[in-house]
Amino acid sequence: MPSWIDACATDDIEEEDVIRFDHDGAVFAIYRSPDDRFYCTDGLCTHEKVSLADGLVMDEIIECPKHNARFDYRTGEAKAAPVCVNLRTYATKIENGRVLIELMGAQ
Amino acid sequence: MTQHRGMVIVGAGECGARAAFALRENGYSGPIDVLGEEEHRPYERPPLSKGRPGGAVPLKEIATQAQWDSAEISLSLGTKVTEVDRADRVVRLADGRIMHYDKLLFATGARARRLPLATTAPVATLRTMSDAQHISSIAVPGSHVAIIGAGLIGLELAARLRAGDVDVTIIEVSSAALGRAVPPELAARLVQRHRNEGVRFEFDAEITAITDRTIALLDGSQFTADLIVAAIGAEPETGLAEQAGLEVRNGITVNVTLATSDQNIFAAGDCCNFPSPRTGAPVRLESWRNALDQGEHAAANMLGASREYQKTPWFWSEQYDLTLQVAGLPQPGRPFVRREPGSGATLLFQFDDDGRLVSASGLGPSGSVAKEIRIAEMLIERGARPDPRLLADAQSNLKKLLRTG
Ligand SMILES: Cc1cc2nc3c(=O)[nH]c(=O)nc-3n(C[C@H](O)[C@H](O)[C@H](O)COP(=O)(O)OP(=O)(O)OC[C@H]3O[C@@H](n4cnc5c(N)ncnc54)[C@H](O)[C@@H]3O)c2cc1C
Ligand code: FES
Repeated sequence: MPSWIDACATDDIEEEDVIRFDHDGAVFAIYRSPDDRFYCTDGLCTHEKVSLADGLVMDEIIECPKHNARFDYRTGEAKAAPVCVNLRTYATKIENGRVLIELMGAQ
Repeated sequence: MTQHRGMVIVGAGECGARAAFALRENGYSGPIDVLGEEEHRPYERPPLSKGRPGGAVPLKEIATQAQWDSAEISLSLGTKVTEVDRADRVVRLADGRIMHYDKLLFATGARARRLPLATTAPVATLRTMSDAQHISSIAVPGSHVAIIGAGLIGLELAARLRAGDVDVTIIEVSSAALGRAVPPELAARLVQRHRNEGVRFEFDAEITAITDRTIALLDGSQFTADLIVAAIGAEPETGLAEQAGLEVRNGITVNVTLATSDQNIFAAGDCCNFPSPRTGAPVRLESWRNALDQGEHAAANMLGASREYQKTPWFWSEQYDLTLQVAGLPQPGRPFVRREPGSGATLLFQFDDDGRLVSASGLGPSGSVAKEIRIAEMLIERGARPDPRLLADAQSNLKKLLRTG
C-alpha cells in the first residue's frame, strides 16, 4: 500500500537545488526546480552509488558529483555517460509547508 | 573475408566503447566494428587502483554483452590490429582478417611506462585488469610493496593497499608528489595523509639498480619488497598510427575536430595530441572524462559534424576518504585564490593575465568539492572573468556567477 512520508520542509531546499533524505535504510534526493516544484528520485547514482545531493542542479538536470552523469530529475531518465540506468522517481506533494513523498508497500 | 564498409574503431577502452555507442545515438545505422587487444569486455580502469583490496578485483564493465548486442555493435576481443592501409582503407588484424572502413578511429589509449633501467627483476605496472589481478595476488595482508613514482596511480594504489594492511614504500625521483598536474599545496596534503596512514616516502630518490626484489638507491640505501610496482606514467599507444604514416608527436596529432591529417581517420582519448581550446597549445590528456568526451565528439565528426572540441580538461582522484577534482590545467608558478567551503575542503583557483579563470582544484572529503569545481569548469569553458573576491568568499553562492559570467 502506498504511503506518504514527511521528508522535509519546503524551505529546507533552495530553488534549483537538492537535499538528501534518508528513510528506512534507503536514500532519496529531493529537488526544488527553478519553477518551484518539488521532485523526488533515488538518492544514489546508478553508476557507483554516490549521493546525488552533493551534485549540481541545473534547470531540470542533476549531475552526479563523482563523474558527472546527468539525470532528468523529473523523470529519472539517464541523460549522459557513464550511466544508462535510470533513477526511480517518487511522487511528491506539499502540505502545510512540508514536502511529502509517496513510497510503496513496506518501505 | 570482406564486408561492407563501415565505422571501424581500433581500441576497446573507455574511448572506443563510448564512440561506438555514440555513433548509434547519432543515428548511424551501418556496420560498427570495435577491435580490442585485451580479452576482457571493455571495462573502466579507474576502479583498478581504488577502493578496498581483498577478494577479486572489481571488473566494472562499460556495457553488458546484451547492450553491445542490442546496439548491434560488433565487438572483437583479443584482436590486435596490426596494420592500417590508408590507400585501400582497410585494417589488418593479427588473426588474418581484414576490414574495410569508411571512417577509422584510433582509440588505442596508452600503456604503462617501463623503468628506463636494464633489469631482469620482475617489476609490475598497473594499467589493465590483468595487471591489477597480478598485484592483488601478491599484495596480501602483511606483505610489503614498493611503489616507484608518487603520481596519481602510485598514490591511489598506496591507499588501496594500506586499506588491506599492506606495508607500502613510495620511491619518487623528484622532491614532491604529483608533479605539475596538482597544486603543490594539495599534493603536500595528500602526502601527509598517506604518512598518517603509515606509507613511507623516499623523495629525491634515484634508483641505481633493481635486483630480484631489492631496489638500490644512489645514496646507498636499499629496499626489499614482495612486489615492486612501477607507476611512472603512461605512454601513448601510437605504433600503428606511425606505421600508417600519420603524424605522431607525444600522441597522434589531431586538429580541433579530432581528425588526423587523413580526413578518414580520427583519434581520441589517451592516444591523441590535440589543440587546447582557447590557446591552441598541443596537449595530451590521460583522463577518463576526456576519453569519454572525445570518443563522443569523434563519433559525431566521423558522421560529418566537423565540430570543434572545446571541453575543459577535468579529472578526479580518490585516496582514502579524500576526493581530488581538477578542472582546467593548473599552471606552475601562478598564484592561487583560495576558498575554504568548510568540512575540511580546500579549493584553489588560478587566473591568466587577462583575469580569466584557467584552473580550479579541490581536495576534501568525498562530495565536498564537486559542485564548486563543476561551476568553475563551466566558467573556464566560457572564458569567464569571475571576481576573485567572490571565489574566495566561502559564503558567496558560486552558482550566481554562471548567470552573470
Ligand atoms: C589504474 C588506473 C586508474 C585511473 N584512474 C583515473 C581516475 O581516477 N580519474 C581519471 O580521470 N582517470 C583515471 N585513469 C585514466 C583513464 O582510465 C584513462 O584516461 C582512460 O582509460 C583512457 O581511455 P582510452 O580508451 O583512451 O584508452 P585505454 O583505456 O588505454 O584503452 C585503449 C585500448 O586499446 C587497445 N589497443 C591499443 N592498441 C591496439 C591495437 N593495435 N589493436 C587493438 N586494440 C588496441 C588497448 O589494449 C586498450 O584496451 C586511470 C587509469 C588507470 C590505468
Ligand atoms: S558515481 Fe555517478 S557518475 Fe559515477
